[in-house]
Amino acid sequence: MQLTERHKKYWGKNLRMTSALLVLWFVATFVVSWYARELNEITFIGPLGFYMSAQGSLIIYVGIIWYYARYMNRIDSSYGVDSGDLD
Amino acid sequence: MLGHKVAQSQFFANLKRYYAFYTIGFISFVIVVGILEQIGVPVKILGYIFLFATIMLYAGIGFMSKTADVSEYYVAGRRVPALFNGMATGADWMSAASFIGLAGTLYHMGYDGLAFVLGWTGGYCLVALLLAPYLRKFGQFTVPDFLGARFGGHLPRFIGIVAAIACSFTYVIAQIYGVGIITARFTGLEFQVGVFVGLSGILVCSFLGGMKAVTWTQVAQYIILIMAYMIPVVWLSVKHTGIPFPQIAAYTSALPKVTALEKEFNDKASPKGAKEESVRVIFRKRAAMANDKLRGLETNGDAFLAAEKTKLVDAAAKLQASPTADPRTIDAAERAVRDFPRDAAAAKDAWTAEATVIARAEPVKPHAEAFTANGATLEEVEANRGIAKKNFLALVACLMIGTAALPHILMRYYTTPSVQEARVSVFWSMFFIFLLYITAPALAILAKFEVYSHLVGSSFSSLPAWVSNWSAVDKSLMNIADINKDGIVQLAEIVIGGDLIVLATPEIAGLPYVISGLVAAGGLAAALSTADGLLLTIANAMSHDLYYKMIDPHASTIRRLAVSKGLLLCVALLAAYVTSQKPGSILFLVGAAFSLAASGFFPALVAGIFWKRANWLGAVLGMSLGLGVCAYYMYLTYPFFGVNAPLWWDIDPIASGTFGIPAGFLGVVIGSLISPAPSKDIQDMVDHVRYPSFSTSLSAGAKAR
Repeated sequence: MQLTERHKKYWGKNLRMTSALLVLWFVATFVVSWYARELNEITFIGPLGFYMSAQGSLIIYVGIIWYYARYMNRIDSSYGVDSGDLD
Repeated sequence: MLGHKVAQSQFFANLKRYYAFYTIGFISFVIVVGILEQIGVPVKILGYIFLFATIMLYAGIGFMSKTADVSEYYVAGRRVPALFNGMATGADWMSAASFIGLAGTLYHMGYDGLAFVLGWTGGYCLVALLLAPYLRKFGQFTVPDFLGARFGGHLPRFIGIVAAIACSFTYVIAQIYGVGIITARFTGLEFQVGVFVGLSGILVCSFLGGMKAVTWTQVAQYIILIMAYMIPVVWLSVKHTGIPFPQIAAYTSALPKVTALEKEFNDKASPKGAKEESVRVIFRKRAAMANDKLRGLETNGDAFLAAEKTKLVDAAAKLQASPTADPRTIDAAERAVRDFPRDAAAAKDAWTAEATVIARAEPVKPHAEAFTANGATLEEVEANRGIAKKNFLALVACLMIGTAALPHILMRYYTTPSVQEARVSVFWSMFFIFLLYITAPALAILAKFEVYSHLVGSSFSSLPAWVSNWSAVDKSLMNIADINKDGIVQLAEIVIGGDLIVLATPEIAGLPYVISGLVAAGGLAAALSTADGLLLTIANAMSHDLYYKMIDPHASTIRRLAVSKGLLLCVALLAAYVTSQKPGSILFLVGAAFSLAASGFFPALVAGIFWKRANWLGAVLGMSLGLGVCAYYMYLTYPFFGVNAPLWWDIDPIASGTFGIPAGFLGVVIGSLISPAPSKDIQDMVDHVRYPSFSTSLSAGAKAR
């Protein structure tokens, strides 16, 4: 099967969204932990560094996955690639 | 197509009804057991009721889901709705280590233990973004299937089989170990018997219905395990803070008080701090004496040993001769003579162990402090802190990437009806896992608050009931002794085993025994559901990938399922046998499984989807290099293997994947670039997995039949 411009555009959109969310994931995980000691100086529902690793980053993960599923399922239908008949 | 959709939504509605009835039924069952307790049925009987009722329940679901259809056996007929696949993945994912061990780890390690919380949840972002939808589109039965079809030839598939078996088998041993411990603790059966009782529950289920039975059992197990985890913690939170949301109350109400108490315990000028110090002085003295003796033994050998023994014998004789000596002191002196080590080797072991009490003289570690480190000078502390930070991040990375590469989890996304449902199902998985993982750190803080504020300072003559109960059951879980003989409990006098936190929460919260039984049932559900998924992965890798795809592609359906079930039985028995030998620690096994999966699978899987140029040589080189480097580093550094080589770049052995994962990626890139690009057919297959609508049969064998 030949790829159309439409397919390429769809894949490009997917890659951009995937990269953006991966950056967010990286920041919520590694950047936040890297500065955990500094963040602990701030109080937000407890010391912020601790709170982020115990709960805050997890909320971000749930958000990332929810948003990706919603975004992709929407562009699937707008690009007409969703009607795949799967076994 | 339309008819199919209607049938699927009818199926979904029915499932919701069944599981709602099931949940109500289970709650009624717990209430009935609670009434039995009130009318005086012995606690041990209640333990048996919980154990056997839940195992029978799982077996019943397994029996109702029995199947002889290949697609149902391997991928539950690909009709599991996203919500239910999320619950099943949650149970598949949360193991005995998460359910029982995690809160205890956090209690002891404070912030530094959060590496497990981050690692075991954040990995789902990688599953959602990089793997699940594409594997679902590919739509076969196993992870090695993908490697075989994408990279061509038998070798990538074979390495995949080896990697899948290596990490799943290591992990399943940890689960069966958990099953054995829980059954043994709540029924009084022997550990080995407990292992086989639990195993029978696992087998009945997966044996009859494969993935279909495992899926519906795991949903049932998730409901039990999440109720069992939440009820006691919510109750404890209400008791301490008046707020029924432990996930908030722990940080706003309990943590500040814990932090204040920590400061007081570490301040020698405060009354509490002075008492703690009086205990620490004793530990320091004991450790110093042990070290003196070790030095004496090293320089003078047996002569020193004999002299030490004479000293004790003389002291005992003197006491016996004295008319005023307290009989208890005489007893103690005589016991010291009796227990004196027989030879130099025994003496060395005993005194080395005694010298470790220095750890109990350490100041209290602040719970929220990140990357704790010790050292003689300020520079040394800073350097050690850097190492702790590096290891924290490395462990998080290994656990996350391992999560996104464990075949028993990836396999679950083959079971949804469509790519879109696969994406939503990762969200539900993450959500159901999230519920437990945000509660564990809160439980650790609430338990710490209970110990710091209520247990410390209470009198030895009137200890809380849960303390005396558990210290009578198992000294490794609760060990409390009046070291400084003041009759009051100090923090330094308490040693708590990690597993105690979850097991004792119902009693700490003042709940009846029936809730303890529920917690045990929850722990069992967590261990059994994970073991189910893992055993199925191993058996499928051997029956589908090795036997059907590589050895006998013409085998009939009946024969394939027979081989699969036979192998399942063999693997389960082998795993139970290995477990009953009690090898290594659970943490060692779990860490090894994640690092192996991360190094072996992740680079090849991701490159297979996102890089068309990746080819046969890249996959072979990447997977073998990743696995090889990771296994080699474990062999060098895990104390278990006895090599104890110096660490590379100060990375702890539990994060061996730190070296394996980059090696794997390097192997994929180099191998692919030095050999020709993959064929047109295979490149077409990559397009096939990238677009949900590309479903025309592509010749690379992408369509499974």
